Amino acid sequence: MLREVVAQFDRPAILFSGGKDSMVVVHLARKAFWPAKCPFPLVHIDTGHNFPETIAFRDDLVARHGFGLVVGSVQQSIDEGRVEEEKGPLASRNALQSVTLLDTIEAHDIDCAIGGARRDEEKARAKERFFSHRNEFGQWDPRNQRPELWDLYNGRKRPGEHFRVFPLSNWTEMDVWQYVKRERIELPTLYFSHQRDVVKRKGLWFAITDFMPLQPGEESARKTVRFRTIGDATCTGAVESVASDIDDIIAEVAAARVTERGGRADDQRSEAAMEDRKREGYF
Amino acid sequence: MGMDLLRFSTAGSVDDGKSTLIGRLLFDTKTIFEDQLEAVQKATLKRGQQGVDLALLTDGLRAEREQGITIDVAYRYFATPRRKFIIADTPGHIQYTRNMVTGASTAQVAVILVDARNGVVEQTCRHAFISTLLGIKNLVVAVNKMDLVDYDEEAFNRVVADFEDFSSRLESAQIQYIPVSALHGDNVVERSRNMTWYEGPALLYHLETIHVAGDNSVDARFPVQWVIRPQTEGFEDFRGYAGKVTGGVFRPGDDVVVMPSGFTTKITGIHMMGRDLEEAYSPMSVVMTLADDIDVGRGSLICKPQNQPEQSQDLDAMLCWFSPTSQLSRGQKLVLRHTTRDVKVVVQEVLYKVDVNTLHRSEDDPTLALNDVGRVKLRTSEPLYADPYRRNRSTGSLILVDPRTNDTVAAGMLRG
Repeated sequence: MLREVVAQFDRPAILFSGGKDSMVVVHLARKAFWPAKCPFPLVHIDTGHNFPETIAFRDDLVARHGFGLVVGSVQQSIDEGRVEEEKGPLASRNALQSVTLLDTIEAHDIDCAIGGARRDEEKARAKERFFSHRNEFGQWDPRNQRPELWDLYNGRKRPGEHFRVFPLSNWTEMDVWQYVKRERIELPTLYFSHQRDVVKRKGLWFAITDFMPLQPGEESARKTVRFRTIGDATCTGAVESVASDIDDIIAEVAAARVTERGGRADDQRSEAAMEDRKREGYF
Repeated sequence: MGMDLLRFSTAGSVDDGKSTLIGRLLFDTKTIFEDQLEAVQKATLKRGQQGVDLALLTDGLRAEREQGITIDVAYRYFATPRRKFIIADTPGHIQYTRNMVTGASTAQVAVILVDARNGVVEQTCRHAFISTLLGIKNLVVAVNKMDLVDYDEEAFNRVVADFEDFSSRLESAQIQYIPVSALHGDNVVERSRNMTWYEGPALLYHLETIHVAGDNSVDARFPVQWVIRPQTEGFEDFRGYAGKVTGGVFRPGDDVVVMPSGFTTKITGIHMMGRDLEEAYSPMSVVMTLADDIDVGRGSLICKPQNQPEQSQDLDAMLCWFSPTSQLSRGQKLVLRHTTRDVKVVVQEVLYKVDVNTLHRSEDDPTLALNDVGRVKLRTSEPLYADPYRRNRSTGSLILVDPRTNDTVAAGMLRG
């Protein structure tokens, strides 16, 4: 599929979050074009609220494999008045990313953004195509998608439109972990259990950071935790876990009774929170 | 990974309880997580209903939940210790034949739902016809809502007899009939205690153990996607051909012929990220190197000299038309995509149209409209190297794209 992207688009790029899914996509891209270099630059939308571990991991990866890197900054979008920051203790820059992402896609003339989203993650994502069309406003129209048959992908578009391509559409969380193990893919340390100061909000544990300080009346706790997904630090909840290597994690995933996105405050805002964000250009 | 994977499609009418059946499969195989269940419980209450409406698990889009129908193909995933499964859940209503075709194109088994009270209806026939048209060789007829006919064996037998009668006119397929109640779980995961007269397997056990023939293992086919010339240190002279094997087996040392040039050469290596493989077979994605520097590019096909596909500009295909805004008619020019190639194509003739409900053929209408299925003659600007669809689902399939809108307007299966 990634070879189809190179053949059908002029300026494709990989949307990179530092999370396990985008690492698998990066690995697949290296594999698809070996021994040539991965032909896609990485695009990272930096909310300014990322874990420092994620940024360090990204920079190391780029340096080692000689990837191109494009960073879109949500802070800059805020400074330029393109978006307005949310207020309150559960404020998150997550939704603001869509604007920064679309601006970045436009500024760099990217005609295909490859993402690690999977259909098993969320009900609106279950309706997503492998090759997913976006109109000139970057919007997704789920009721008017191109039918996708066999493995024949239609990436034809008009100027100004772009595509999102999701090579992991048919993978499950377990598939991703088993693949990470088999191919020995390196991941940020956040995925593995570690000690961290956290605070409980709406039933989820959040890391205490400079941009997510303790509120009056809240108590911090020192816990052994890990993250099941890695996103913006303000909306990604940690789980208590002692899983310190891949095998532990695979065992934990197999026994899990809550979806990985259950730790995502951004999805819990409404029944169709993901669909609404996706329509506006979210990942 | 490494575990056996089965892909199946489901379809049924609006009220056949298809979403409930899938919800039941996910629920009883413990694929549904606590937070999903909670969200569904909340949503069920919000709609003024009691309990847990399992259909809300699969209807992902706002409009679907509001209207209580499935609009688009939804893909669902679950696994048991025996197998992994991907479900292509396709909507049943009349206007969505195109989704049924889409879901069936990658499925190995089709689960067809029939409401025990209504028996075999048009919808049932349509799904069975499309499934077999798309090359599915295994059908499961799940006779649902057995609880509403008092688990009566006679009601079940009537459906079996009716379906047997209809299916005798289809391409041959293995058919398994299973009486179920998706709502109560009878014969879905657990065998039913209410239907002791039924001696066959429960649905899940059947899906776990059914043997599906693999892809064509006879005709070696390798459509080239991309030429890899790294020009980096250590690989100055490397020239590899990247693609996915869609049939047969390739080994280093094999004589191969490259189409369209027709030149013969030998495979010198088969590579996968630094590993040299001893063989490659469907559906492996690999990079091949060849002994001679001959003309090979995206769209070329590598095959064996003694087993070559047919080369022709004149195609005879069964087409399903998808566009709500245009029709297929004689003289129309479109773009045809086949394996890794795009060629121009002109419509020569619509030979006949098939009524997907009755299988009746009509020859008096020379057009195809949305959701129509028909046999069409096409002529391409360059020869295709193709196999009949029934021999190879990959080298026998095509899509048509309207160059004005860029929409995918048709799917085609080559005859012969």
